[in-house]
Formats: sequence, structure tokens, C-alpha cells
Amino acid sequence: MFAKQLSVFIENRQGRLGEVLNVLKDNGVNILSLSLADTTEYGLLRLIVSDPESGKERLAEAGFSSILSDVLIIEIPHTAGSLQGLLKSIETAGVNVEYMYGLSIEAERAYVVLKASDLQAAATAIEAYGVKTVTREQLSSM
Amino acid sequence: MIWSKEETLSRKEIEALQLSRLQETVKRVYEKVAPYRAKMDAAGVRPEDIKCLADLAKLPFVTKQDMRDNYPFGLFAVPKDDLVRIHASSGTTGKPTVVGYTENDLKMWTECVSRIACMGGATKKDVAQICFGYGMFTGALGLHYGLENIGAAIVPSSTGNSEKQIMYMKDFETTLLVATPSYALRLAEVARELGVDPKKDLKVKIGLVGSEMLTDAMRAEMHKCWGDEMLITSNYGMSELMGPGVSGECEYMDGMHINEDYFIPEIIDPVTGEVLPEGEKGELVITCIKKEGLPLIRYRTKDITRLTYAPCKCGRTFCRMENLSGRSDDMLKIRGVNVFPSQIEEVILGFDELGPHYEIVVERDGYLDKLTVRVELAHSTDSFAELERLAADVKGRLKTMLGVDAKVKLESPNTLQRFEGKAKRVKDLRSK
Ligand SMILES: [Zn+2]
Repeated sequence: MFAKQLSVFIENRQGRLGEVLNVLKDNGVNILSLSLADTTEYGLLRLIVSDPESGKERLAEAGFSSILSDVLIIEIPHTAGSLQGLLKSIETAGVNVEYMYGLSIEAERAYVVLKASDLQAAATAIEAYGVKTVTREQLSSM
Repeated sequence: MIWSKEETLSRKEIEALQLSRLQETVKRVYEKVAPYRAKMDAAGVRPEDIKCLADLAKLPFVTKQDMRDNYPFGLFAVPKDDLVRIHASSGTTGKPTVVGYTENDLKMWTECVSRIACMGGATKKDVAQICFGYGMFTGALGLHYGLENIGAAIVPSSTGNSEKQIMYMKDFETTLLVATPSYALRLAEVARELGVDPKKDLKVKIGLVGSEMLTDAMRAEMHKCWGDEMLITSNYGMSELMGPGVSGECEYMDGMHINEDYFIPEIIDPVTGEVLPEGEKGELVITCIKKEGLPLIRYRTKDITRLTYAPCKCGRTFCRMENLSGRSDDMLKIRGVNVFPSQIEEVILGFDELGPHYEIVVERDGYLDKLTVRVELAHSTDSFAELERLAADVKGRLKTMLGVDAKVKLESPNTLQRFEGKAKRVKDLRSK
């Protein structure tokens, strides 16, 4: 039910982001989505990639430390207010959404990557709300 | 147990003893040591000007440089015939510093170390393994004679060949270990590699550690390896003053009792040389008041500590010096505040989220000093909030510890420079 996210800590120095992306490209790790949260000092790069384990290993060899964590990838129906309704259902279940960013795999469908305080409870709430989550197996076959 | 009755003298008795011994020593060096006489003459002070202990501050300091300038025997107060032992400290730069002992000096040394070993729990029943390097270094032989005097069985295993060290420890049922804190940790590591659990398979219950700073973090780490019941005390000394035995911790581990009947301690501001009041942190200055061979007066140790004369639970009346918090050579003056890299290190080691490597950068921004501490994350995270909280916590604790604001820069693991020899972690970019 969960997908794996690869997070990399990077200092805000000229070229650091590019170095990370290069390592992944050179090793054939495909980036499906990316989000960067940063201050003037450092940033946290969060990635959904084709092969997270290999991405983590290749980055470690290049001197970057990263970690893998569980996230939910949720398909968002193309109707007004669907995202708002989805978030409300998670909130009602008493779960806190930590962060969220968009993901586009197929032309007609929209997805979001979501991290919550209690991922299992969030997944249950989403299911009850009637939207689908994408597993990592499904993700790799897309 | 308290080894000698001198250790419980009243303050009045200690001071009376110190004054008479100080006067005698000053008079003797003035007469017999030409460089001292020259220094005192230049400062306009004569032996008869020392009328009370506070007059000590009138006397000029002696530094390691003075010892080098008078290499090898220029500061000695006895003819060479009277010496029975000569040691030297390996100078990494320039000439070594040479120290010499008369027969009485060796007796005094043995007495001082016996007291410190006794404070640390040593008895005649102990099998004491001395894992300090024997040779020109004073550490090993100092502990050796002191422990032997107590009646312990000495295993002079020296340093190196760690596997054999573990074998001796096991087969001889060693109960007392003399080592630097870092070598004690290394030995525990080697033991485990050999399938020997230091906590269960060895009988070591006492650790007398020295010749390196013992921080609380280091002591906690040692307990993890050697067991919680082990009594680990630190002791202090340096060859210029005698060797180990200047001071040591008792079982209450709240500072090291200084053998005040042989040494007078002072704390000075390392920049101005001014004597600081009790409790303030500064450079330790020691005057030897009973030595014959090399009685150094107001020797600048470069070690940073503070003194307390408050009574100790153990019953000893000798004042205590706090475990060292750095070297004055490393001190940084930031916006008028004295900052030691070791204080910063202590804060960093307190965070599991951070690795042990760091870099300190000092810059001048207009008229203001700017302190930046670069630290490495121990592992990556996916939580931005966690990073922000961590940076704020480190900053907060640095502020509490140092009294000045520091900027904290989080870095990826393995990005800061590593050092094989002595680490150079401070970059002072201010033009002097
Ligand atoms: Zn005590």
C-alpha cells in the first residue's frame, strides 16, 4: 500500500542539487517526482524514483547520505474539490498531514505524494473516502 | 581510605606549610638558578618580598619556552651529581623538555601518586596493569612506583600489543587498569574482538586514567565498555612539574584534589596573566614548593580549569581542580568572551543526531566577531521540521555553554575534513 520515498540532505552550495541529480541519471535511476524544501543553509530533497534502493546505494557511493521512508501515493480524481475532500477525510481520522507534493505519471491522471503522522490510519481513511493509492509494484509497472 | 594525614590538614595549616616552603624554594632558586635570578631581578622582586601567599603573584611566570631556552639542565637547582633520574618529554617542535629528580624528588613523587591511587580505590590487593608507554615519558614510571608503594602487584605491560594485554588481564586477573581513556576504550574493543567480554570475563574494577582529558561523555563511554561498577577516576600531572600525581579524583569524582603541600595552584587569565578569583575558569599555573631538582615557580601549564576550596565529601581538605576543559593555546576570544573548542565539542557529542566531526569558523563582520559551527548529520532524515528543530537545539545549547551566539551549519555526513594526526578544527579568519 505504501510507496518508498528517497530523501537526501543537501547543503545550499552551488551545484549540490545538480550533483545528486547527476548521480541518479548516470546510474539509470529515473525520477518520477521531486520536491525541495529549503532554507538559505540547507535543503531536503525528496524524490520518488524508479528504483529507490539502488538510488540510495548509488548516492552513498558518491558521498550523499539519504534515507528511504514510506509515503502514500494517491490518485486524485479529476473533480473540483476532490483534494480538499481527501484531506478532510484524513484530518477527520485525527491524522496530521506532514507534507504533500504532486506527481504525474500518466497524462490523464493526477497523483499526490503524501506523508502523514500515521500513515496506516491515513491509508484507511483514504480508502474509506473512495480513492486509490498506488503501491510501489504498481508504480514500477507504470 | 586516605593515604596521608597531610591530606586532611586544616586550611590554616596548609597555608602555613605552603608559605614556609614557598619562601624556602624562592630563596633557593634565586641563589642557585641564574635564569631565575635574572627574571626576578628584571621584575624587581627579591626573595624577601614574599611575605604572604598572595605575594606569589609578584613572581614572574615560567613557560615551556624557558625550559627549551635553558636546555638541558639550565633551570636545575642541584648539581648533576645529585640527580638520580632524568626524563624528557618528546617535543613535537623544537627541543624536548628535560626534567631531573633527586632521591627526595622520587620519594615525593611516589608519595603523591600513592595518594592519588588510593583516592581512586587502589589497595595492596590489586593487580595493576600499567598500559602507559614506559621510557622517557613520566606517566608509566610515576604510576608504577606509586602503586607499588601501596603494595599492588604491578604488570608493566606498557602500550601496544593489545591482544597480549587482554591475555594478561584475563590470566593474571588484573583488577586495576592504568591507561589513557582512549586506550581503555580501544582495549575493550580488542577484548570483544577476541571473544572476551570485559564486563563478564575480566576482573578490572578500577580505572586510573590520565594524560588525556576525561570528559563526562568519555567516562560514560568507558562504563558502557567496562561495566557500570568500574570506578573510573582521572588524575593529572605533567613531566615539567613531576609527572602524574599533581592531582587526582577521589571516589566522589567532583574535581581532582591537588597535593597542596607540594604544589600551589593559581588560575590566571591566559591573555592578561592576571590571577582570577576562586571558581573562575582560566589557565592553571603551578608552583612546586618541595622539589629539589627542578623546582619550577609559577609554571604555565596551558591547561584550562577552575578551582574550588569547598569541602569534599571524602574528608580531604586539599582544593580541587575541575577536569580539564581545554588548552589555553586553543582558546578563542569571541566578542570578548573566552571560548574553548572543547566546549563546542562537548555540546556536539551530546547530540545523537550529529556525527563527532565539526569545524569552527571565526570571521570578523565589521567590528563584530562571527562564530560559525559546522556539524555533520549522523544520518539523513526525511523530516524538515526535525532538521530545523535540531539546528535550533544545537544553537541553544551552544549559547548556554559558551555565552555567545553561534551560527550552526548542518552538513551532510562525511563532508567535513578528517584528520589522522592532531585535528585542526578551528579556522580563525580574523586578521589579527
Ligand atoms: Zn574528595
